[in-house]
Amino acid sequence: MDLTTLTYTFVGATFALYIGIAFWARASTTGEFYVAGKGIHPVANGMATAADWMSAASFISMAGLIAFNGYGASVFLMGWTGGYVLLALLLAPYLRKFGKFTVPEFIGERYYSRTARIVAVVCLILASITYVIGQMKGIGVAFSRFLETDYDTGLYIGMGIVFIYSVMGGMKGITYTQIAQYCVLIFAYTVPAVFISLNITGNPIPQLGILSTMADGNTYMMDKLNLVVSELGFNEYTTQILGSKLNMFAYTLTLMIGTAGLPHVIIRFFTVPKVKDARSTAGWALVFIAILYTTAPAVGSMARLNLMNTIQTGPVGEVTANIEYEKRPSWFKNWEQTGLLKFEDKNGDGRIQYYNDKNEDFAAKAESYGWKGNEMVKVDRDIMVLANPEIAQLPNWVIALVVAGGLAAALSTAAGLLLAIASSISHDLLKGIFKPDITESQELMAGRVAMAGAIAMAGYFGLHPPDFAAGTVAIAFGLAASSIFPALMMGIFNKKVNRTGAIAGMITGISITMLYVFQHKGIMFIPGTSFLGDMPANWFFTISPNAFGCVGALANFAVAIGVSKVTAAPPEHIQHLVEDIRVPSGANAAVEH
Amino acid sequence: MREFYACHFRLEIWPLGELIMNKNEYWKENLRLVSILLAIWFAVSFLFGIILVEELNMIRVGGVGLGFWFAQQGSIYTFLVLIFVYTKKMNALDRKHNVHED
Repeated sequence: MDLTTLTYTFVGATFALYIGIAFWARASTTGEFYVAGKGIHPVANGMATAADWMSAASFISMAGLIAFNGYGASVFLMGWTGGYVLLALLLAPYLRKFGKFTVPEFIGERYYSRTARIVAVVCLILASITYVIGQMKGIGVAFSRFLETDYDTGLYIGMGIVFIYSVMGGMKGITYTQIAQYCVLIFAYTVPAVFISLNITGNPIPQLGILSTMADGNTYMMDKLNLVVSELGFNEYTTQILGSKLNMFAYTLTLMIGTAGLPHVIIRFFTVPKVKDARSTAGWALVFIAILYTTAPAVGSMARLNLMNTIQTGPVGEVTANIEYEKRPSWFKNWEQTGLLKFEDKNGDGRIQYYNDKNEDFAAKAESYGWKGNEMVKVDRDIMVLANPEIAQLPNWVIALVVAGGLAAALSTAAGLLLAIASSISHDLLKGIFKPDITESQELMAGRVAMAGAIAMAGYFGLHPPDFAAGTVAIAFGLAASSIFPALMMGIFNKKVNRTGAIAGMITGISITMLYVFQHKGIMFIPGTSFLGDMPANWFFTISPNAFGCVGALANFAVAIGVSKVTAAPPEHIQHLVEDIRVPSGANAAVEH
Repeated sequence: MREFYACHFRLEIWPLGELIMNKNEYWKENLRLVSILLAIWFAVSFLFGIILVEELNMIRVGGVGLGFWFAQQGSIYTFLVLIFVYTKKMNALDRKHNVHED
């Protein structure tokens, strides 16, 4: 079978599976729509949480960022796993004990205030929508490659599928589907990694492959990669940093606390049977996530090595060492079609020169070879994982599998997020505040309309994403980190933080983060409206906008505690509520409202 | 509401002082455990992976520096161990202070 037929078969079969499961387990009551009834086993829940969590950003985008940023991309690896430690130790068991549907519900009750609940809903929606924009970028990339169209068309088709998919199910459908999606995506991610690791280093375990020597010779694989990239003027792979050390510190911290503040992940912990299970669910989720995250450094580094070797086939400077454009491999042509890979023959020699022309020393040398600038004018980072098996010349079924896996990752997260948005609008805003007498079916309808609205909005921004998928997602984490996480944590660990303090804190945190992002990336991400360009020179202590959430979070903590000190302490019954949340005994059965 | 009544019921059958002591002790031990685990969490990621990365890179594991390895592999493995240690210790603590479920 040729590649196109195979891809259609794989994608078709996996989709049929998800839709079949969603139909079989479709939600009939509001309770089932938001949380999957009682009693999902921690291992199963951990797997579903992992699928929910690992989105297009993890599957499609992250290894690409690792490939081009080397050590600098460690912030994503540590940030998106370390957050689970915070979640397990500081939030999950207590939120389970509290036992409600949504995050704003907790904030509303703990801070005995409707205003607090509304502020939490707004923060949550801002973070979730930004997150969905990131997913849309990934979905656009995956669909455009899969259907062999340009990026925009791929995005429109992807939006349609996400809509049908998430509006039909609810949490219950999603949980079982997500277990299936996890299996597809992890298989799709690790199989090519094993093949490539075996090809390059002779070691089938990718985690060990990156520590091994090349299959042909005694050089270590990472030393070889360092040599290959620095010969073409790029930064050395294992030591290049992302901005500055402080930026890396802030970036990692932001992603960690953002992880523990994102509603679609927290909501999972409401569905486990017991407080005990909330603790272990976080652990199991991280086990399943770690399989992908510890493989990603191998995927990234080996993809980079293969990419460089495909274009620069021999010693730098020799005319015949650069591949002829006419003889470019088929993956190159396929990706040119999507517009995400672009070549421009600047010196008119019919060969491809790919090097770092921003490196002055090397650019001078390149001129002496007759090179007139880097000719790979666009290499979108987000294509690396999908292109990787083709670059490594793996069999067609592996390539088809990776496309199916990428779509699974993007869809599962988009669905989980849309559900969080839907529940906060229909359950928190409508039923909780504005129209308490709404019927169940009206509430469900409102939730579905909210989902459709969110998809349309995210799709619109997806046409001009503010960054690569993982970068956009990082902004979402910054927003969650600066608003939701501090409010939740103080709600449990500090009895004295009161209504006024929490509200002031959340508003301060998210405003600081949003203003900083907007001033550098454009108001509502619209290009050209940023009043301080996205330049490192204008950054506050070298911290990039994507990494700024932790500064917002610090401000949130400081303001909330400060304001609480000078205003009236929370009433007695709230202090008792906090004491009660802190011990597992007396927990209700999993939500059954 | 159910929790509220359950709590009152317990207060009546158990000596009040003992319960409060229990809860305070339990919370203190919990905080101690969490602080230790978070100190390790900070060390393997921020300290080994970012702040001291150059120094640790002097030590090589296979083809990479130890700092690089912590940033891209070691920290993740440690996080896993931390969560499972926490789960085990907390479940034991629940029983010791008689605040476990059921």
